[in-house]
Amino acid sequence: MQFVKSSNVRRKRKSARLTGERRLGQYVHNLQFYSVPPSDNISLTEFEDFAIDRLKVLKHVESLGIKFVKGNEKYQESMDRELRKMMPIAIRKTSDEISDTDYDERRKDHISHFILRLAYCRSEELRRWFIAQELDLFRYRFQQESRDSIKQFLEENNLHYEPIPDKEKLKIIKELANSGYNTSVTTVENTDYFKVPFVEALDLVKSRKVYLERGYAYVPRSDLVSIVLSAFRAHLSHSLAITARAVPYLEEDSRLLPMLTALSKQYLGQDYTCKKANGKVTIDQIEPLSKKSFPLCMRQLQESLKQEHHLRHWGRMQYGLFLKGIGVMLEDALRFWRAEFSKKIDPDKFDKSYSYNIRHNYGKEGKRADYTPYSCMKIIMTNPPANGDFHGCPFRHSDAGLLRQRLASYGVSKDGVNEVMGLVSNSHYQLACAKYFDLTHNVEASTIGINHPNQYFDESQKILNPSAESKASMSSSQSSQMSWSHKSTPFSRRSTQASQLTPRNIKEEEVEFDDLQMSYEELDDMMSAVEKDEKATKA
Amino acid sequence: MANTNVDYDRNDLPVLLPIYYKKLFPYGPFYRWLNYGGVPKTYFCHREFSFTLKDDVYIRYQSFPDQHDMEKEIQKACPYKIDIGAVFSHKPKDHKMVKGTSFQALEKELVFDIDMTDYDDVRKCCSGADICGNCWPLMTIAIKILDKTLEEDFGFDHRLFVYSGRRGIHCWIADETARKLSQNARTAIAEYLSLVKGGENQIKKITLHDPLHPSIVRALSVVHAHFEDLALDKQDILGCKESWDKVLALVPDEALREQLGKDMTKGENSKQRWALLKGRVKKEVEKGGSRKSQLCIQEIMFQYCYPRLDVNVSKGVNHLLKSPFCIHPKTGRVCVPIDAEHAEKFDPTKVPSISQLCHELDNAMDTPETDEPAAKRRRDYKKTSLHTSVKIFDNFLDKLEKSWKGKLIQQSDMKKEF
Ligand SMILES: [Zn+2]
Repeated sequence: MQFVKSSNVRRKRKSARLTGERRLGQYVHNLQFYSVPPSDNISLTEFEDFAIDRLKVLKHVESLGIKFVKGNEKYQESMDRELRKMMPIAIRKTSDEISDTDYDERRKDHISHFILRLAYCRSEELRRWFIAQELDLFRYRFQQESRDSIKQFLEENNLHYEPIPDKEKLKIIKELANSGYNTSVTTVENTDYFKVPFVEALDLVKSRKVYLERGYAYVPRSDLVSIVLSAFRAHLSHSLAITARAVPYLEEDSRLLPMLTALSKQYLGQDYTCKKANGKVTIDQIEPLSKKSFPLCMRQLQESLKQEHHLRHWGRMQYGLFLKGIGVMLEDALRFWRAEFSKKIDPDKFDKSYSYNIRHNYGKEGKRADYTPYSCMKIIMTNPPANGDFHGCPFRHSDAGLLRQRLASYGVSKDGVNEVMGLVSNSHYQLACAKYFDLTHNVEASTIGINHPNQYFDESQKILNPSAESKASMSSSQSSQMSWSHKSTPFSRRSTQASQLTPRNIKEEEVEFDDLQMSYEELDDMMSAVEKDEKATKA
Repeated sequence: MANTNVDYDRNDLPVLLPIYYKKLFPYGPFYRWLNYGGVPKTYFCHREFSFTLKDDVYIRYQSFPDQHDMEKEIQKACPYKIDIGAVFSHKPKDHKMVKGTSFQALEKELVFDIDMTDYDDVRKCCSGADICGNCWPLMTIAIKILDKTLEEDFGFDHRLFVYSGRRGIHCWIADETARKLSQNARTAIAEYLSLVKGGENQIKKITLHDPLHPSIVRALSVVHAHFEDLALDKQDILGCKESWDKVLALVPDEALREQLGKDMTKGENSKQRWALLKGRVKKEVEKGGSRKSQLCIQEIMFQYCYPRLDVNVSKGVNHLLKSPFCIHPKTGRVCVPIDAEHAEKFDPTKVPSISQLCHELDNAMDTPETDEPAAKRRRDYKKTSLHTSVKIFDNFLDKLEKSWKGKLIQQSDMKKEF
């Protein structure tokens, strides 16, 4: 992509027509795999506008996915409504004739996707977020298309799937019927099945929603989207990795980098990586704070730690990083963990086996990456608790009965408990958490959307301890102003955002990203060592 | 078996380990495995090994150019534990010399780790690291279910089960496709195999849906075959009120649960109570009363018997796992391969300890076979009860060898064609 001075095209901004030049053979389909980067000239303003528009779309996609069960009627309805306003091309079906509007909107789809790739390739967490939203958007759009149009799209992108012959299907008809929900033998008879290596249908494998035989998955046409998405995901995550390596070279274009950085900051608001542990919270404050201002997940970890004098790896990660995020300094953290663990194991053993882990969290060991406290999405989606674990999201990972008891014992009224449980049973874990926040802070239907345990803590402190918070958080005021709620518009502040990022800051961030790359590997290694140790300790 | 009266004492380890590594460790088969026929050539020398030495000193990134060097290094270090890691892009020994992020784990066997401690809430005979004949059948079930699923569903042909030396089992999948799997694929397979979900805040850890997936049906048939003996006899899960209350807590329907509580008092032992429970649930479900409890019999069976994988071990390409034929320092037992076909015959308490093996070796030396060729001396393990374990390993290797021989022929055929 090349950039022309913004003034040339500024006046065109409002019009839908973006370029006069239509290229033959480009944008033949509404859907894209975004395999080829755009080669157009584009103004800096257009660049920014495109990016922000797509970001708005992705943020809506995210929030609808949190609010509703993906794929259900309400989700589909809301997707339709939002996309109709923000990205009409996403709900328009592919037709034979490509109108000028189609062409321009497809071009915008194409270019804006690539701009966000630049902005969102920069860390594991950003990449994870971007891929998740792009996949949801793609899934929705794919499912709107007709069978013929899908066929055409697959051909365009060299994805060839042949249905298995009826004879083969009849042999395993019972197995096929029992591998899907609501699939009768008759449905199987009337459905095409595609036989693909199981690695191409990992989502279906993971949730055991497909029949497997000798390494092949038998995917019904209704789940074709899953194979296509898996191809799209593989392609996208590969491309992001490559883009990530190329981004440092963009530095030469000084106009671009601040903008990209600002864009990537928009996604979840505050980035707790940057918030240094500053000793705001001392260790004797942890216990009382846990009762007043900790989200349920962290309160649970604090209680389990007190009770068990031990937490397993992911519990230590989730809780340790949270504590760092609320301002517990490394030395304090070491004392805190040692004091608890030593009730069960030898302090020497602690120093040998666990202090590395904690120092590692603070970037003092290994690749010296400063780990980021886990967001709700990460806690809900990754590393679910297993036997012996207390981490995770209590709204997602608890028995309904136990959760009820716990809420009641924390003084939530019966009606309150019912409200929370209603949200939980509809899989609205974050909304349930927000409701719990409202109930325990005596605020009525606040508009705070909870998406990060540390944000929960900050919001709580703001209410319970307004004066102290305003003093203490001067340094992070920029962050608390950032929007957490899906309802507000985080984009209004973008100019100041961008200007706050001095070149020095940007440099630091890049270094951090490189470190992060490696430290995931490190984490892996560390885990194997630590978990083994842990088992030995248990023994 | 040859379970002689040689007691293992941890303090003997510094004396016994050098003998074990000098005379007994099956280097030949071990190398034959990890070299994979030299396809590709760097496969063995790019493999990471890690050693845990006396006093928990842990050294990572060991690698060896060949079998000879490996033998030499192992005998020199006499590790208390050897872990096998991934095959890297470079020699792991040189990892510090490789710039930036280019040193990367590329391939590794797909591995599974099942540990008896994860079953503590469903066994009452032992807890923690202890095992006995009353809980070990849980591992037998795990082996059978894993073995069948990996073969029939995923098409993996080269599966090696290994006793972890104490209270669990490992499984190594050595198929080429398995070694090349991405982290995502490993995670998906581990999830597909995991049915027992949830941490300490989740009592009911199994939720099934109708219809049962074919792989679940198969697993159920394995569990069925063992349930009476294991759960009702050995673990006596309905033996007293305290235990049956734990079982009934898994019934989602409250009214039904209360009724079952009354029913339980009418039975005399676990078997009778189980029959009562099944009968009641069946009747209720047929009445159409409690849809929620439709599959609760199967859910209970699985909660008590289904394999509990440590999925974190399976996910990462770069996750290290204890090598077969290590000695477990606490028990002194060898981590021997298990014949999955006859998993129920495996008895962990009969696994030879290092003390026993050294004793057997001594005895064999006392009655020397006079004209033994010097080259054969290395295979001293054949004179001990380790012999049978190495045989199981050899069977696995023979089958595996065929796969790379086929590959070599394919490659040379392709060359000819050009
Ligand atoms: Zn036992």
